[in-house]
Amino acid sequence: MNPGKALLRPDMMPHILCPGCGHGIVLNVLIRVLARRYASLDKVALVAGIGCSSRIVGYIDANTLHTTHGRALSFATGLKLARPDMTVIVVTGDGDGLGIGGNHLIHAARRNVDLTCILFNNETYGMTGGQLAPTTVTQAYTTTSPYGNRERAFDAALLATAAGATFVARGQAFRPDLLDDLLDQALDHRGFSFVDVMTDCTEYFGRKNALGGGSDLLFSQSRSDVEVTRDLNEWPQLQDPHGFAIRETLAMGVLHESDRPTLEAVMGLSGYRRGEG
Amino acid sequence: MNRLPFHAPGQKLDAMTVITGAQGVAHAIRQIDPDVFPVYPITPQTPIIQTLSQFVADGLCHTHVLDVESEHSAMSAAIGAALAGVRTMTATASQGLALMVEVIYLAASMRAPIVTAVGNRALSGPINIHGDHSDAMLARDSGAVQLFVENAEEAYHFTIIATRVAEDPRVLLPVMVGLDGFTITHSAEPVALLPDERVRAFVGPYSYPYPLLGPEVGTYGPFAMPDSYFECKRQQIAALENGLEVFEQVSAAFADLAGRHYLAVEPYRLAGAQAALVMMGSHCGTAKDVVDGLRSQGLPVGLLQIRLYRPFPREMVGRLLADIPQVAVLDKASSPGTLPPLFLDVAASVSHPRQLVSVIYGLGGRDVPAADLAGLYHGLLEQRLPQATPWYLKGRPAWDEEDEPWPT
Repeated sequence: MNPGKALLRPDMMPHILCPGCGHGIVLNVLIRVLARRYASLDKVALVAGIGCSSRIVGYIDANTLHTTHGRALSFATGLKLARPDMTVIVVTGDGDGLGIGGNHLIHAARRNVDLTCILFNNETYGMTGGQLAPTTVTQAYTTTSPYGNRERAFDAALLATAAGATFVARGQAFRPDLLDDLLDQALDHRGFSFVDVMTDCTEYFGRKNALGGGSDLLFSQSRSDVEVTRDLNEWPQLQDPHGFAIRETLAMGVLHESDRPTLEAVMGLSGYRRGEG
Repeated sequence: MNRLPFHAPGQKLDAMTVITGAQGVAHAIRQIDPDVFPVYPITPQTPIIQTLSQFVADGLCHTHVLDVESEHSAMSAAIGAALAGVRTMTATASQGLALMVEVIYLAASMRAPIVTAVGNRALSGPINIHGDHSDAMLARDSGAVQLFVENAEEAYHFTIIATRVAEDPRVLLPVMVGLDGFTITHSAEPVALLPDERVRAFVGPYSYPYPLLGPEVGTYGPFAMPDSYFECKRQQIAALENGLEVFEQVSAAFADLAGRHYLAVEPYRLAGAQAALVMMGSHCGTAKDVVDGLRSQGLPVGLLQIRLYRPFPREMVGRLLADIPQVAVLDKASSPGTLPPLFLDVAASVSHPRQLVSVIYGLGGRDVPAADLAGLYHGLLEQRLPQATPWYLKGRPAWDEEDEPWPT
């Protein structure tokens, strides 16, 4: 049994995630990591915005705050500065964290606030019905781009790195074991840590692009190359039945790590001890 | 006065199609064919952009749908496009409208005639996706024209009417068409679509009198010191007040097109009424059924339906309620600390003291049973409802079988 199961709020079940959605796998990994790292979640706060990803904080029995669309990082920054002794984890999605809240992501990274941002990236606005997101790759179909997306997608990890995040990684729902390691490293890191987690929206993104069901999408995250699937791999290029590339190849793993004083340390906040020793 | 017939006189039944309010708005947009439509997804507005995007993909209209990164950006892009001289529309709801409000004030002050379909939804928190009028009330003082529709057909019709009202040179202001979230946006009803070419002829070609990119160099949005800001506001107020007359003229012209004549304030069986409700939006339909039922029992009751909320038709409301001794104003929004917005508007419009009851109902999409509205009429007739304090129509939560007391 998952040791993190005791951290779930049974009264919040059943969850809202669709069959085949990758978000449940990421939630599973997150509660495993939390259960392993913390004897009690009393000093852990989970802050979320709006969207399928953001709903999952309600399922975890920690200090959880569900906020407005895109602003989770702002709420979390305030929370962290008021209680610098706490571990603050922001759970956000690609629409939430890169679209409407993109501004807050770059500024949280720039400030190097000591919190961890986990961005569930399913390349679409899942909760509202699969609309075009800033992470939807060029030519992909969504409910608001039935003619194919003509815009370019964000590379979230590159963006966070450029903005000053001191730990940037990318994982995927297909490899929970490796994602476990990345989340662990992100929580270990002193400073703004950002993990871009590639998951799949089967009901909207998968269906609109004729990519098959949940398991098809999940396995498509691996490649047939055995060597690559064994270790932390790439988010492979994926083609729709007409041969259009609807998923770009992206590098996985720890993509950037640097050492810079955190905002809490620069401000000399009392009670900020996390990461010492 | 009797209920409007199910279909307009002369309308062929086989010409009717079953669509939702959101699809009705999308059809109107397809027929109007605006040039630019910047938009951000939010429930319950999303079926509007999804349907419109499909129309664009199918080549049925040439609108540029821009999937921007927030509602703030949507209204900002809309103002840019409108001032550049092209017809611009958008759609939103709830938190999206809240985010848009800052820029709606700019749209009104820059006189950008942007039509916005609003799938009226409760504001956070707690977060709720269902229908009430809290979001519209947040934009109430922005200087935009605000309309509230009753059903899918009206959502379709009012999008067309709104375009002409917004672009009238006497108005030139943003117009918000409010359709109750889910109750109208997602409920399918029979709607007779008008011929495309007639709708296009009705709205006419877009011609903005002072385009930013016109032949003369100009500027929009400059700083206004205390010596000029007041004058600018005064002109905006006057333009919005023109909205009533313009709405009536456009509505009369629309009656020739569609066979429906919409009034800014519609009295429903008010003649001889001893008790009346004042309402806006989808539940006016429920109230009309309740009025019919009570009238058939011989009870003198009626309804006053507000379709044009801004500018508020003060004189009409005062005149229509002048002879009715017992009136309750129903707000699907609250204004904590005072009485709710529609009540205050009505109270300011009636000329002499009377029994005027404030009722808050349907918050967060709470069900509004016909029996509760009938109970209100009985309460009014028997003069047992409190005044000067909001009265709550509790409705019926689906999960609550017991008649539990309200939390204190």
